[in-house]
Amino acid sequence: MTATTPHAAGFGDGTAPSTPAGKAADYLDQRLGIAGAAKKNLRKIFPDHWSFMLGEIALYSFIVLLLSGVFLTLFFTPSMNEVTYNGSYTPLDGIKMSEAYASTVNISFDVRGGLLMRQIHHWAALVFVMAITVHMLRIFFTGAFRKPRELNWLIGFGLFVMALLEGFAGYSLPDDLLSGTGLRIAEGVVLSIPIIGTYVSFFLFGGEFPGHDLVPRLFTIHILLVPGLILALITVHLILVFYQKHTQWAGPGRTNENVVGLPLLPVYIAKAGGFFFLVFGIISLLAGLVSINPIWTYGPYVPNEMTAGSQPDWYIGFLEGSLRMMPNVEFNFIGHTLSLNVLIPALIVPGILFTGLAVYPFIEAWVTGDRREHHILDRPRNVPTRTGIGVAGCTFYGVLWVVGGNDLIATHFHLSLESITWAGRVVVFVGPAFAFWITRRICYGLQRADREKVLHGREAGVIVRSPEGEFSEVHAPISDGDRYRLTAHDVHRPLSIAQAADANGIPAPRLRRAKLRARFTRWYFGTRVEKPSTEEYRESITSGHH
Amino acid sequence: MTADENGHPNLTELGYDERSPVAVDEHGHGHEVELPEDPFADPGLEPHRPRATDIDEKVAQKAERQVAALFALSALATIGFMVAYTEVPRTAVVNFFPIGAVSASNFALGMLLGIALFSLGAGAVYWARTLMTDVELTQERHLLESGSEAKAQAVAEFEKGVADSGIKRRPLIRRTLLGALAVLPLPALWVLRDLGPLPGDSLRHTAWKAGELIINDNTVSIDGSTGQGVKPEDITIGTLVQGRPKAALTAGDQYNDLMAKSAILLVRLDPADIKSQQQRDWGYQGIVAFSKICTHVGCPVALYEQQTHHMLCPCHQSTFDLSDGGKVIFGPAARSLPQLPITVDADGYLVAKSDFDQPVGPSFWERG
Repeated sequence: MTATTPHAAGFGDGTAPSTPAGKAADYLDQRLGIAGAAKKNLRKIFPDHWSFMLGEIALYSFIVLLLSGVFLTLFFTPSMNEVTYNGSYTPLDGIKMSEAYASTVNISFDVRGGLLMRQIHHWAALVFVMAITVHMLRIFFTGAFRKPRELNWLIGFGLFVMALLEGFAGYSLPDDLLSGTGLRIAEGVVLSIPIIGTYVSFFLFGGEFPGHDLVPRLFTIHILLVPGLILALITVHLILVFYQKHTQWAGPGRTNENVVGLPLLPVYIAKAGGFFFLVFGIISLLAGLVSINPIWTYGPYVPNEMTAGSQPDWYIGFLEGSLRMMPNVEFNFIGHTLSLNVLIPALIVPGILFTGLAVYPFIEAWVTGDRREHHILDRPRNVPTRTGIGVAGCTFYGVLWVVGGNDLIATHFHLSLESITWAGRVVVFVGPAFAFWITRRICYGLQRADREKVLHGREAGVIVRSPEGEFSEVHAPISDGDRYRLTAHDVHRPLSIAQAADANGIPAPRLRRAKLRARFTRWYFGTRVEKPSTEEYRESITSGHH
Repeated sequence: MTADENGHPNLTELGYDERSPVAVDEHGHGHEVELPEDPFADPGLEPHRPRATDIDEKVAQKAERQVAALFALSALATIGFMVAYTEVPRTAVVNFFPIGAVSASNFALGMLLGIALFSLGAGAVYWARTLMTDVELTQERHLLESGSEAKAQAVAEFEKGVADSGIKRRPLIRRTLLGALAVLPLPALWVLRDLGPLPGDSLRHTAWKAGELIINDNTVSIDGSTGQGVKPEDITIGTLVQGRPKAALTAGDQYNDLMAKSAILLVRLDPADIKSQQQRDWGYQGIVAFSKICTHVGCPVALYEQQTHHMLCPCHQSTFDLSDGGKVIFGPAARSLPQLPITVDADGYLVAKSDFDQPVGPSFWERG
């Protein structure tokens, strides 16, 4: 080793950076060695599509929740100890209530900006769960959950469940009449769990309902445990999106082996950063304009009062409808009670729905035997069975959700509550089946329309009359790019039994499984709309007459 | 739409350009032109179409001013927010269409914060869309999967590590380790034991007992410490009286726990309308008392139809017939509302004859 330059500041080769950015980068790189990562990622390409923003809305509303939530913890007292209210909201003067409720009323009336923060927090929570839901549907219907993204789907699913829990816990903290009634229903649901239900309820509430322990316990869950988990899962979720690179739509120049879009710096920094402020801004405007959860009008929780027409936050509505719709089946046997009228709608139905959602990517991968990496999104029409399943699931959820408001529908539309409930009991089964069938039909129809468009061009809206007197509409050919876009997808075929066994890498012994699988693939891909072949395309062009 | 002298539409405008494989002759028929080898091949990235701001510096400068204006508006609104925080009185109310009366402070703060954030965001997005590059770039994607060699090496490394540990060769260590790890999480459940007391028979009893005075909810003072009893003549046919045991007045911070099981409602029915002798006997001159706690999931039932004697729960619409022993006639509840046996005391006030004969409220496993 010859004594060359002592290792002075610089890029190691003796050239000292001169620009401020260079100096800062040099400082960081000498300590963190990040130049390599920065070089690769600062100009990372992200594809652009409006539907890719949905997850961003969820992320940004979560940040808004953290910010407004920290403010609220400075003034909220998570205690069920009894106090007598004597703050500035006179209608409640002298009424006994829990400290949790009193401090929430104080935040609303005696802390400047407090009501705004409460309303921002509540609106952001509704937006958060909504954005997660719609984002998840987008992922589902475009097949973005396929390999290699199945694990990220599970993380996203975990976030979805966590968001529901977090929302319900936060909603329950003010200890007002509405949220307390929600907790009473939750107690009834817990009690319906066979064998351990009563014990779980007593441990949860610290004794009989409502007790004095629940609000402080929910507080810790709501401000520490669940948000901590959400934050950790979001981090992994985003790291995976970054590492696996974003999916993109098929289109000219866009393949399974590349990413086409705009660079992180500056375009997505500006767009995504700006979008955060847009989301925060809209939530603030909502919070300034539209009152939400005015707990002072509900009063403190007491177990013997309730108003008609009460509704939970939107994402609990499907459970409410499920409970309302269920016939009253209960069994008594050898000194025990099995309340299927509560257990089924509140725990088993959502359990099945959510489990199905979580494992769907794995079921589909098993059925199709598809082990390739997918980075190009499916247009929902091109996978009619999946799309049908998704729409059927949405219909099921939607029926539950609508019946959750059966009393409001009855009073607003002057219908009988009984008939709405009965209609719900029928539609909840018939509706999804019908939705599945009609969705598949629509998908096939759209695929045929695409095929027509490729073969015969788009309708130009111009009618020409030939010298023989024949009228015809001129079809304009579509561009090369559009032709590629409309034919870039795979047309899946059902597996034969032999293939089904093969695709698993397992020969004959597992024949029954293979048969089952072959039957599934027939159900998935039995009806198909084939893409036009090169010959068909030439034929259509040379025949000329459209 | 332009047309040539024969009245045929100008086909170039319809997308028929030189590249188009089809031309339409004067008879409206296509004739063959050269066809691409693979008509469905990826034509490659479409050429960039410049925006107005890319080619006209004046438009770009206008966009620049617009972005700057949005940022300036944001700063103004931020300052306005702080001014509104101190200057708008907390109690002031503003009325405006179509929202109605709203807190002036909340309105001003929300608007100003919203404008500050929104215009900042709008400025940034507008900047990105007009002045930053929109030339699409392509980056390669690489298979996530490592090569088979790397995978084999990783597995080999793992197996080397496992072999070094000897865990495969020494089953005693392996089994005791797995056993120890399997029981280790149990204390995490064990230590939760003191989260609450065991249920015991607490769900089977309420605050009602023989001679317990029924207090009319409407007479209870605002602090809940005083209230008056109910005399039979206070209740006419069709009236609904909500009641609580006298013990509720002195329950202090146990009030909610007590009311969660002991809230009742009283109605007077025409004794002839009452369907069972037991219900008549448990009532007093046609006045009957039922638990107010729904047998479905515990909401307070409250909506009374006096003509039909139907009582509806506002939460899930379980409907009970109070003239028929509180029987369920619609909805998800599976059990009748429990009836509280009542009578009058020496002073002529309604009192309980005993506790409920069964647990009130939602079902639970041990209920039987």
